[in-house]
Amino acid sequence: MKVTDLLEETYIALSANKARSALTILGIVIGIASVIAMTAIGQGAQSTIQSSITSAGSNLLYVTPGQQRGVGVQVSAGRGSAQTLTQEDADAIQREVTLAKNVSPELTRRYQVTAKGTNTNTSVIGTTFAYPDVHNMQVDQGSFITDADVKSQSRVAVIGPTTRDDLFGTDANPIGSTIKINKVEFRIIGMTVAKGGSGFSNPDDAIYVPISTAQRYLAGDKYVSNISVQANDAESMATIQQQITELLLQRHKISDPLQADFTVMNQADILAMASSVTGTLTILLASIAGISLLVGGVGIMNMMLTNVTERTREIGLRKAIGAEESDISMQFLIESVMLTFLGGAIGIILGWVLAFGVQYFGFTTTKVTWDTVLLAFGVSALIGIVFGYYPARRASKLNPIQALRFE
Amino acid sequence: MIVLDKITKTYFNADEEIPVLKGISFTIKDGEYVAIMGPSGSGKSTLMHILGALDTPTNGSYLLDNQDVSKLSEKELAHIRKDKIGFVFQSFNLLPRSTVIRNVALPLIYSRVSKEERTERARQALLSTGLPEDRFSHLSNQLSGGQMQRVAIARALVTNPSLILADEPTGNLDTATGELVLDTFKQLNDKGHTIVLITHERDVAEHAARIIYIKDGSVLRDEAKKRS
Repeated sequence: MKVTDLLEETYIALSANKARSALTILGIVIGIASVIAMTAIGQGAQSTIQSSITSAGSNLLYVTPGQQRGVGVQVSAGRGSAQTLTQEDADAIQREVTLAKNVSPELTRRYQVTAKGTNTNTSVIGTTFAYPDVHNMQVDQGSFITDADVKSQSRVAVIGPTTRDDLFGTDANPIGSTIKINKVEFRIIGMTVAKGGSGFSNPDDAIYVPISTAQRYLAGDKYVSNISVQANDAESMATIQQQITELLLQRHKISDPLQADFTVMNQADILAMASSVTGTLTILLASIAGISLLVGGVGIMNMMLTNVTERTREIGLRKAIGAEESDISMQFLIESVMLTFLGGAIGIILGWVLAFGVQYFGFTTTKVTWDTVLLAFGVSALIGIVFGYYPARRASKLNPIQALRFE
Repeated sequence: MIVLDKITKTYFNADEEIPVLKGISFTIKDGEYVAIMGPSGSGKSTLMHILGALDTPTNGSYLLDNQDVSKLSEKELAHIRKDKIGFVFQSFNLLPRSTVIRNVALPLIYSRVSKEERTERARQALLSTGLPEDRFSHLSNQLSGGQMQRVAIARALVTNPSLILADEPTGNLDTATGELVLDTFKQLNDKGHTIVLITHERDVAEHAARIIYIKDGSVLRDEAKKRS
């Protein structure tokens, strides 16, 4: 039997029972569409988290207090909670770890912030002039905190655009205005460029002040909540990580590295952990969707078995006029593959539309990758073969004499 | 040319043997018109299945065009059916919702004949059965019984087989239409086609030039009639 004839036979057979074929296809459509949409949501979450981690700066190491490595993604949960890192530690890193390009000690707390008649609750980050370089941040208006501001403990602040919107209204120029952080008055000297971050923390919704000022007027002690260290290049990260660990162990007088009261994490570690979490999420979502695909496949098998029974006489006739077993099994196999293929194609489009809709209406970011589309296509064809094989085999093995007598 | 030599067919049940054909021998030359006649249960259907390469005998040999068909595999039997045998069934067995032309051309798709040639050969086969040409593109289930059977005959003819095997071809038709179908067979025989007609009706068998009577799995009588 020629391929074109086979396809024509398939088309005629499937269009003979349009409603049944359509309903069977629907099962696959739903299955494939949900696989596409679910993995798009999972991968969207993954890329959001990854971009928010990488947009925080490149070649970064985070030194955070009071955590053991590998416990989980606790970068923000731990900050400020334990107090083991001090300003002196940061200074020591700056001084002794020569490979480090920038060292940015940070003291982050949330405070109630008031301006004229408005107030908000936001992150107040005490830091130094190194912060914008380390975290890929640019100043839109005015200037960032200078070394002199840190030395003189001046009460100046740089405001994030979201916080500006909350306190002064959109498009207002906040430079020169004064705000009160925890009842202490600060003068605004600059505003950062919107980064549009989401995920762990939003750099646009924050206020940046000199770390010395934060320690003196806000926190009242000399601890820092974390130290961000930027390496010159990716190659020197491991060395720097090693040097910082040794330095801080020595400074904190701890001999057993397992007992360390601080953690040095590099961006790759955080990325890997976040990826493993979102990866698990993606797998979970995809497997739920996969179950509906399986159900769709069983639907295909059900329809094909009904088909074979209904067309027993036709199969008998085809055998009587010279069809071989392979001709018959091919015909039925192509029918089921065609059903799943069609279902797969429609499902991919529907899934894509769903993923787009989810993003468009702002529920969450989604990302449809070619891998997923190809995989879905392959899986749908495979389902056609797997679930079509048994009915096709049954059809091909029918005894022509009995099949012709079948009522 | 068909040569049957001591064909037996025995079905084996759990613990009993049921002999259906008990040593059947006869020869049918090319261009003959033979009726195989017998009451139901005589084994004529089993004989037809063996003649049609749908089944193989338990013992004995069946030479079709000098090829021994009695020991072939399922796949080889399919080839024999495709190239050498045309079936006409009592219940027509046309594909519903398909056109007359497509039904007739169906056997040719298994011979990998091109679509244009299939359509042309199907037309020729249909013309030789005398079906009106305006019916060729009708759906098969829009036809009358007699027309359906002529479509089925055309389908049997289209591969130009050595043997046309008709199993009670008039069984589902009234007498007048039955006569029409039998006329068609007669005309085909006149053009040189070998036809074997299986029936239990004397009137139908009388149309053939030779009648082989089967009873209890054996040949009872084999009589040639003078062509009228």
